[in-house]
Amino acid sequence: MDNKIPAVQMRDITKRFGSVLANDKVWLNIYRGEILALLGENGSGKTTLMNMLSGIYFPDEGTIAIDGKEVVIRSPKDAFDLGIGMIHQHFKLVDVLTAAENIVLGLPGKLDLKAAAEKIRGICSAYGFEVDPDQKIYDMSVSQKQTVEIVKVLYRGADILILDEPTAVLTPQETEKLFAVLRNMRNDGKAVVIITHKMHEVEELSDRVAVLRHGQFIGDMPTAKTSAQEMTNMMVGHPVVLNIKRPEPVNPRPRIEVEGLTVRSIDGYLKLEDVSFTAYSGEILGIAGISGSGQKELLESIAGLQPVEAGSICYIEDDGRREQLLGKDPLSIAQMGVSLSFVPEDRLGMGLVGNMDLADNMMLRSFRSGKSMFTDRKTPHTLAETVVHDLEVSTPSVSTPVRRLSGGNVQKVLVGREISSAPTVLLTAYAVRGLDINSSYTIYDLINRQKEQGVAVIYVGEDLDVLLELADRILVLCGGKVSGIVPGRGAKKRDVGLMMTKLGGKSDE
Amino acid sequence: MFDIISFIPRAVVQGIPLLLGSTGETLTEKSGNLNLGIPGIMYVGAISGVIGSFFYEQAHGADLNSLVAILIPISCCLLGSLLMGLLYCFLTVTLRANQNVTGLALTTFGVGFGNFFGGSLIKLSGSELPSIILTQTSNCFRRSLPIAEKLGWFGKLFLSYGFLTYVAVIIALAAAYVLRHTRTGLHLRAVGENPNTADAAGINVIRYKYAATCIGSMIAGLGGLYYVMDYASGVWANNAFGDRGWLAIALVIFTVWRPNVGVLASFLFGGLYIVHMYIPSGMNLAVKELYKMAPYVVTIIVLVLSSMRNKRENQPPASLGLAYFREER
Amino acid sequence: MNKAQRSPLFHISKRGSLPWYAVWGIRGGSLLVALVFCGVITSLVTGENPLQVYAAIFEGSFGTTRKFWVLLQNISMLLCVSLAVTPAFRMRCWNLGGEGQALAGALAAAACMICLRNSLPNWAVILLMIVTSILAGAIWAGIPAFFKAKWNTNETLFTLMMNYVATQLVAYYCVVWESPKGSGQIGIINPNTHIGWFPQIGPYKYLLNILIVAAVCIAMYVYLSYSKHGYEIAVVGESERTARYVGIKVNRVIIRTMLLSGALCGLAGLLLVGSTNHTLTPNIVEGRGFTAVMVSWLAKFNPIWMILTSFLLVFLGRGAGEIATNFSLNQSFGDILTGIILFFIIGSEFFINYEIHFRGSGKKEG
Repeated sequence: MDNKIPAVQMRDITKRFGSVLANDKVWLNIYRGEILALLGENGSGKTTLMNMLSGIYFPDEGTIAIDGKEVVIRSPKDAFDLGIGMIHQHFKLVDVLTAAENIVLGLPGKLDLKAAAEKIRGICSAYGFEVDPDQKIYDMSVSQKQTVEIVKVLYRGADILILDEPTAVLTPQETEKLFAVLRNMRNDGKAVVIITHKMHEVEELSDRVAVLRHGQFIGDMPTAKTSAQEMTNMMVGHPVVLNIKRPEPVNPRPRIEVEGLTVRSIDGYLKLEDVSFTAYSGEILGIAGISGSGQKELLESIAGLQPVEAGSICYIEDDGRREQLLGKDPLSIAQMGVSLSFVPEDRLGMGLVGNMDLADNMMLRSFRSGKSMFTDRKTPHTLAETVVHDLEVSTPSVSTPVRRLSGGNVQKVLVGREISSAPTVLLTAYAVRGLDINSSYTIYDLINRQKEQGVAVIYVGEDLDVLLELADRILVLCGGKVSGIVPGRGAKKRDVGLMMTKLGGKSDE
Repeated sequence: MFDIISFIPRAVVQGIPLLLGSTGETLTEKSGNLNLGIPGIMYVGAISGVIGSFFYEQAHGADLNSLVAILIPISCCLLGSLLMGLLYCFLTVTLRANQNVTGLALTTFGVGFGNFFGGSLIKLSGSELPSIILTQTSNCFRRSLPIAEKLGWFGKLFLSYGFLTYVAVIIALAAAYVLRHTRTGLHLRAVGENPNTADAAGINVIRYKYAATCIGSMIAGLGGLYYVMDYASGVWANNAFGDRGWLAIALVIFTVWRPNVGVLASFLFGGLYIVHMYIPSGMNLAVKELYKMAPYVVTIIVLVLSSMRNKRENQPPASLGLAYFREER
Repeated sequence: MNKAQRSPLFHISKRGSLPWYAVWGIRGGSLLVALVFCGVITSLVTGENPLQVYAAIFEGSFGTTRKFWVLLQNISMLLCVSLAVTPAFRMRCWNLGGEGQALAGALAAAACMICLRNSLPNWAVILLMIVTSILAGAIWAGIPAFFKAKWNTNETLFTLMMNYVATQLVAYYCVVWESPKGSGQIGIINPNTHIGWFPQIGPYKYLLNILIVAAVCIAMYVYLSYSKHGYEIAVVGESERTARYVGIKVNRVIIRTMLLSGALCGLAGLLLVGSTNHTLTPNIVEGRGFTAVMVSWLAKFNPIWMILTSFLLVFLGRGAGEIATNFSLNQSFGDILTGIILFFIIGSEFFINYEIHFRGSGKKEG
């Protein structure tokens, strides 16, 4: 294998975005008949590197060779002509068009949708996909959309396939199916690259693994000859002890009581069904589940952002008084004296305003304070300085627009603001998504400190290992229903994983 | 008495400039460009054609070759409106400027351009009236089939128009066919809906935006020319074209971005535009002004209804009005 | 072969940020280039010495005391409409209906002057004019705002259409109230009694308007930059989801801001009818609703900078008018020049937001 000419050879690739060095002299070889896992933390430059292969970005420096011949990829079209197809994390599909129309998009020749539909059915039956060529994209589920993406790439006869975190949106069953297809393709002699940061996927699927860190190429090796620990160390750069402290809850009392919560999406799909639980003060309640199982709806219902069909959400004061939160918007919840903080999943689209500076973002929560019709600019400014200092946010100044900060710093600003109001309830969604290990640990610390101050924390996470180490209890959601609530201490990853895919988690076998 | 046989042909003639304008704007909007410069472009198209035929008539006096007399204004018109389209594209696509502002500036410029050269030509011709009269050229444009006369109401309703009328309908139907059934149309729709996706699929977004906008401008420019040569019988007067350009943009919404619907809708708009002349209002002249409101009110109602029904196919192209930059992060 | 291997000639990337002096340097530079270009064009058309052309432009605004006052009046009217549309723009709500909203205000003012002149004392008429015209402008903007808030109806196209509805409505009343009969025009309203005419400050016909608009300008600046409403507008403009997340009632902000926008347009209409023109025509607003879009955008929606940009546009318009008169050109020449200058300034924004990297400059092939 070693003497084979690589299908793709990337040499000395460098890419900058403004002052950010996204890729720094990266070397990477991709071979046919092999599945390569491109591993790295969020922000390590994996996607950027692959985007240059698929013609979305153009490298500032470096060369790319396909089958030993140097090429210039100026556009996605160039990439297609070279047989490179990429399935992006954010699907590149036009919503108002049908599957077939999306699949033939960009190809030359006369438009013949009937012939295209035939060919699509052929590909589907060869690999075991299910796609209705005439279905509109906006009527499809996430996994259907992904299938369309894969069929699209195959339709074009790509023999170098790149998949950017393809499993993030899939159920385990769907993931299994996808992996089977990918193995098929490898056996067909295609080159497959899968971008991921999930260790078990690397171990299960790939033949070879290449690791990036901070935009630099760290090394590659056959998957069989390495271990999860070694790969993690390479990803992070120093030996990491995956160890999060978990203090015992002190004097827990019921704080939020959810009964029979049922939520429907605008399209009429059931997102949450009869969800009931109680969150206690001084405790972290972890929420586990496959992405899209209703986590977002659950948090947004409590925060007053989601119309609810049925059920009740009660806030219980220290003296036992109960307040109904349902049917109230964030403003009236705050006016009731309930101090509820929410760190949403979409930081720059919801939690913060990217174009505003740190001080103005601090003001989002407090701008109403005072009777005057004018805003108080001084307090938020001071708060911004405090947050920058206490959480070690690296920013040129507090008057820098937030969108210029790195992901970790953005999250510190958001969390810093949310905990500054001394909340009694803290809701967090994917608080460490996209953060490097160090920033992640800062966030875990902050959350733990809140817990120790008696805050009821509801923590939605995607990394089961972290949930098992951080949460006092774990509520597992499966398809919008409560699959079970287990104590965090002593819970088995396998059991929780089963509960995520199957109500109750008991397997039939 | 409402004379439907004489009303319909007038409504058609009134509607054709709107049809051309809206077909052009539909193509443009399908590429994601909201070109509010269309009113200006229609002025420029009209005056460019007028300038061309003015000098041709001056040079050749009575013995015009009718083919040349048609080709010269049409090519001048297409060239003038193409340049306007290019200018719009350069600013909004290449330089990624705000489309609303660019479009309005283009309209200011285009209307000024039309009226300035119109005024200059009027001065040049030494005419007493504040207008340029190109009767001979207009006659070439307005020549209809001789059998139209003999066929009674049928001839009057369907065959009594100049050739550009039929061209306009054909362009609209062709545009609808291209958008719906060809690969070019599919790519264009993708560009207007989601340029990122189109780009990733290997479609040259910039080229499509340029092509659609420039072709759209030329079609719209023809609408201006039609107005002068056919509707107004070759008489150019400053500002006579009025606000038809905006009405063309309204028509785009009214037809929910479908040029084939535009054919009948433009006749309807044309009818609404002149219905005040046909409805007996007695001594009350004021009411006529209210009738003129009809096309706009109808458009507003369609806009509201389509947003209430919220059917995905009837919405404006998703990226309408937004500049595209591939490396946006 | 060689062709396939060549890198793109240049490539464009987004700039981080430029210091303010560089930003305004680029804008000023583009204006300068545009002026030179316009001078050349004008010289070509007229055959005059470019310096004379520039002198004429200057004459147009500063030639006589009267011209200077007219300049100030035009600036204040344009500024008023621009200030009116700005809060909506800050909210990313493209209110292109300034024209119609101002017309609605003008119509209401004229209606009060005509219908109430025999039944109420002058001060009561003026008071009612103020109330009704501001209300009329607000309603005219409130209708599209309601549909935008409720069903997300496209406000750009809606407000655009509302302009023509207003125009026809005014045209209707121009015939209803025509004087003398059969003229189809209203003429000067109450020429003898001056009922509904705003008081004049000393000998200065336009001073009242100028002072009012100056006050509105400062108030708008403070409102947008320092008030809670202004902050809400900014948040809604940046992201509706963020606004909802912090408990801002987005629909209420949209409607409130559009009402304010329309009310100020109504004020502009009121000033035009009550204070300067004392009549009503369908084109009394003179396209300011559209020019205001450019004034506001050029100033980056900052009320103070808008004084400068509205001065610029009015100055150019008046100057071009002067050229037209002096060199016996058509008045529309002004629109052409204004258009050209706008193109330059609009184009220059690119160099503020993006930078171009030329690559392979060392290579031999061009």
